[in-house]
Amino acid sequence: MTFSIVKSLKAAAFGIGATAFALSPAAAQKGLDEPFQQQFTAALAGKTVGYIPVSMNFDLTEGWFAGLKKELEPYGVKVIVRDPNWSTNAGAQALTTLIGEKPAAIVVHNPDVQTYAKLLKRAEDEGIHIIQINMGSVYRSDVFVGANWIEIGEKDTEAVVNACKGKSNKIAVVQGALSAAASAYTLKGVENVLAKHPEIKVVSSQAADWDAAKAKAVTQTVLKQNPDLCGIVGFWDGMDIGTAAAIKEAGLTGKVFLATSGGGERKGACELVKNGSFDLDLSYDVPTQAAQMAGMVKWLISSGVKAGSTKGSIYTTLIPITKDNASVESTCWNLGDLKK
Amino acid sequence: MKLGRLSQQGIVFAIFIAMFAGFAIFLHGFATTDNMLALLQNVAVLGILGLGMALVVIGRGVDLSLIATLAVPPGLVLQMVQDGSSLPVALATALLLTVAFGLVNGWLIAYAEVPALFTTLATGLFLAGFGQALLFKLDVVQWSAGLDGFEKLGQGAVLGIPMPIIVFAITCVIVAGLLTRTRIGAYVYAIGDNPNAARATGVPTRPVIVLEYVLAALIGCLAGLVMAASVNSMPTRIYNSTWIYDVILVVVLGGIGLSGGRGGVVNVVIGTLLIGTLLNGMTIMDMSYSAQNLIKGVVLLAAVIADSFLNPRNEETAQQGDI
Repeated sequence: MTFSIVKSLKAAAFGIGATAFALSPAAAQKGLDEPFQQQFTAALAGKTVGYIPVSMNFDLTEGWFAGLKKELEPYGVKVIVRDPNWSTNAGAQALTTLIGEKPAAIVVHNPDVQTYAKLLKRAEDEGIHIIQINMGSVYRSDVFVGANWIEIGEKDTEAVVNACKGKSNKIAVVQGALSAAASAYTLKGVENVLAKHPEIKVVSSQAADWDAAKAKAVTQTVLKQNPDLCGIVGFWDGMDIGTAAAIKEAGLTGKVFLATSGGGERKGACELVKNGSFDLDLSYDVPTQAAQMAGMVKWLISSGVKAGSTKGSIYTTLIPITKDNASVESTCWNLGDLKK
Repeated sequence: MKLGRLSQQGIVFAIFIAMFAGFAIFLHGFATTDNMLALLQNVAVLGILGLGMALVVIGRGVDLSLIATLAVPPGLVLQMVQDGSSLPVALATALLLTVAFGLVNGWLIAYAEVPALFTTLATGLFLAGFGQALLFKLDVVQWSAGLDGFEKLGQGAVLGIPMPIIVFAITCVIVAGLLTRTRIGAYVYAIGDNPNAARATGVPTRPVIVLEYVLAALIGCLAGLVMAASVNSMPTRIYNSTWIYDVILVVVLGGIGLSGGRGGVVNVVIGTLLIGTLLNGMTIMDMSYSAQNLIKGVVLLAAVIADSFLNPRNEETAQQGDI
């Protein structure tokens, strides 16, 4: 008797268990197929993405490359780089050859607004997606990912104008290279703000060719002539190391407000804001830009849209680096870490 | 010939005085002690390079790889310290690299008899490429904590005189001493004037030429260290710039004939002062970049034309590949 009760209890328990098992979500026994991922992985696998920066070997372009590889390679996308090493000609040649190789997409960093424009159109006509980065050309391709130079010029100048309130109102501008669109766009931003502030006097506005030594020489001379200068708008932090050195040597650190911009690499940006060289460094955070480029590559390839049929932009949200956030780990990035 | 040499130097000096006086009178804020120091400091690195170039040009050579020696060995110092080496180790390595590079230049020119123009063009490209491909992670090598104190070389001052000016002055004294007080200096002039005659009279021309290029490389490296210390970084991309033309401008403008055998340290100093005055004045006037380039180009052209009139090529000894 006892035996049969136990037996029937056992049977009941088994029955309940089995029912529960059968009724539980399919997960345990049989997975549910996500209908879109296979299409995505199949679209990406084996594809090639070309990358043509103006030159490798500097924080921005190395950072973008590392970021692209990190995002795309695990999906079987090959990222190939062609390094024109600052030569516009070599870049145009590399682009032409690359178009012939028919990659799925090309990520391109224009040296100026004209040179690549026709080639980029040709590439899209041949079905290659074009992602332009940080420096656009006059040809509008699928997507532009990068900094809004006008905004950078405006924000830097606004900061300098603010810092000048109640002071001499004399400022200087240290431009990049005259031929570079980034420099010309930034200057436009500077002019936009200055138009609203007639009280500000620009005592010097010179091109230093992205060269720290030249920036230092110009700034030194300007500071000797105008020791009461209240601010400087610099166009690139890599060059403005020289501007900052001139301010420091003149003993004017903290008195002359220096605003600049750059890719936000730790040694070139946060460290220099921390030690007082820069008062404001607008960062177009390179890892974020790289992730957005890679995101666009994924979307364009997997969606199957025709190259050149969509036109959009992803302007980078700027990170203003000041003393307040320069010590925060996540404000800046470091190339070594990005490559890991 | 002596008259001609004097007039080239004299003309440039007169231009310098006229320009200086003009700026001093018409340009507010030019003739102040502070501005004079800034003027000198801004061209000190160029002047140091000019001395290196002068040394080889007097010996009838040319060193287009100077900017590579300015960029790569000092860049290596910054990179090695950033990667954890101590400063003396990094400096010693850079010095070795510089000397080795100078030896290669000198050997190719003196023993393999490849014209200096082509040799240094190629070796300079090689060194710059070597640095970018193998030594540096990024074009701009940043300053790191291990170098603290070393920036005095570029940013310090003794008795109110900025260090770059002092380094320039010391280099001037050393090079002038070498050229005018030693036998080697006399050999350099002899080789520059007529290499075959120098060899025939028993001058060890080949070793002296090698020495010239080693010294030029060392001077280039010194200029680079001063520059790096002065801007707290080494933008190694400077190799791609047109700096080497500025260096040649200083030398030719000062009156050192490109055909060799003439001129000295005084000429470099005059050339440097003229360029310094020109740049400083144009900066104070806030002249546009293109206008500055235009004026620099016109001045160089005038100097080169004057040079070819006053120091004509020696038809007996000139060779294909000489400049």
